[in-house]
Amino acid sequence: MAGRTYAYYPGCALHGTAREYDVSARLVCQTLNVKLQEIKDWSCCGASSAASLSPLLGIALPAHNLKLAAAMELPITTPCAMCSYRLKTAAHELKDEATARQVSEVLGSAVGPEVTVEPLLQVLSEDLSFPIRKPLTGLKVACYYGCLLVRPKSVLQFDDEENPQTMDRLITALGAEAIDWGLKTECCGAGLPLARPDLVHRLAYRIISLAQRLGADCIATACPMCQSNLDIHQKEIEAEHGEKLGLPIFYFTQLLGLALGFTPRELYLHKHLTNPLPLLRAKGLG
Amino acid sequence: MTIPDVIRPPLSRPLLIFIEAHSGQPVSRCNQCGKCTAGCPAAWAMDLTPRQVMRALQLGLDNDVLASSAIWLCLSCQICSVRCPLEIDVAKVMHSLRHRTQEDKTHPGDKNIARFHGVFRGIIHRYGRIYELGLAGLNNMVSRRPWAHLKLFPAMLRKGKLPMRPSRIKATAEVKNIFQKVAALEERFSTPSELTKGDR
Ligand code: SF4
Ligand code: SF4
Repeated sequence: MAGRTYAYYPGCALHGTAREYDVSARLVCQTLNVKLQEIKDWSCCGASSAASLSPLLGIALPAHNLKLAAAMELPITTPCAMCSYRLKTAAHELKDEATARQVSEVLGSAVGPEVTVEPLLQVLSEDLSFPIRKPLTGLKVACYYGCLLVRPKSVLQFDDEENPQTMDRLITALGAEAIDWGLKTECCGAGLPLARPDLVHRLAYRIISLAQRLGADCIATACPMCQSNLDIHQKEIEAEHGEKLGLPIFYFTQLLGLALGFTPRELYLHKHLTNPLPLLRAKGLG
Repeated sequence: MTIPDVIRPPLSRPLLIFIEAHSGQPVSRCNQCGKCTAGCPAAWAMDLTPRQVMRALQLGLDNDVLASSAIWLCLSCQICSVRCPLEIDVAKVMHSLRHRTQEDKTHPGDKNIARFHGVFRGIIHRYGRIYELGLAGLNNMVSRRPWAHLKLFPAMLRKGKLPMRPSRIKATAEVKNIFQKVAALEERFSTPSELTKGDR
């Protein structure tokens, strides 16, 4: 990991609702000597909407970005679970000759499947000997992976499909405690909060309340959609269920950043809607 | 492989045959064990559960399947696909069904979700990237719920989570071209002579 350079694909959310993920990712990468070169003029991977309506578009849009990264001769890393899923799936599908032919017709030139894509969580967990300045002792964390980092394993080749451990190990290496729980990879409603908030709220409620009942102080995520479904919508969920939750939802890069000695402000922790600062102060980490 | 050489198998054949060819999944082999539904996080909100979708396809209840809300409510979380003992990629079947409703211009079983996907795609087409404020605004407009989610906006704007301006890429023409070429390719494969290749 250390000293390696990656073609960085932030994805659309990291320029908007998930700015703090981008900021904290860049800070910890810099400290850990992982060099990120942002892919110039990257475009949207199409998320689930492109693939939902047209399978070919669902491959061509990420393939365009694979092509940009191939020109840089670097492996891709992206903090977003949806983007890494789309990019990896496209690279996988391009192994099929007929698909590759159609995609190269669409893009105007051939694009090979050989570009490697690693989610940022994978890159940052390769070497867990972090230069820790402030261990997260006493913090109980529920690691929440969501669906797209791990499923399907046949394509993503990352971690267990239903009980992954990568983030748990990383969080433990920071001095915190990763709780064991059953909804690590349960879907939070993904990209549907605008279309079907009722559905997303119910799924998110189950995840937040289970983590809380099992004693977690907070949830750590590795996906901008997971984070926003659990954080931004938490107030509405509380109102609907007549129950105070107030469970802070972090990006794993923010917890890593805290342990590396960055301040909450540097890590943009004030950007969350569910305020994590009281918790950090109570644990002596703020 | 997902995209068969024939992107559109014949629309006139039973839906089961179209979907098996399009998704590459042996829907007829489903033995109704129900594991897909048991693990599905959205089954409670669906009119047909994933298992019932598979059965209805086998029985030729084509209209029921195409008009179902299930195919739109599917979150593509792939729990069904990784748990199916027969290794049927149920999530892929759901995708193929969504795709097919586009071709048939079937009335979508969940209008809000279908519209959302359309709006999302339109924004990428226009800017090359997602512009969240535009997405939310436009989605409210087309779904005729102008005030939806309004409560969230002030807090998100205050936190700088919704940039007012789109982050537009330079190569928007290239992205538009991708959309156009995909549409043309899908169109070309719909000619009858090409389509027969989809027969099994
Ligand atoms: S898990 Fe597979 S075999 Fe069982 S009902 Fe679902 S699709 Fe059919
Ligand atoms: S992929 Fe769709 S049908 Fe399958 S378990 Fe997830 S939500 Fe249910």
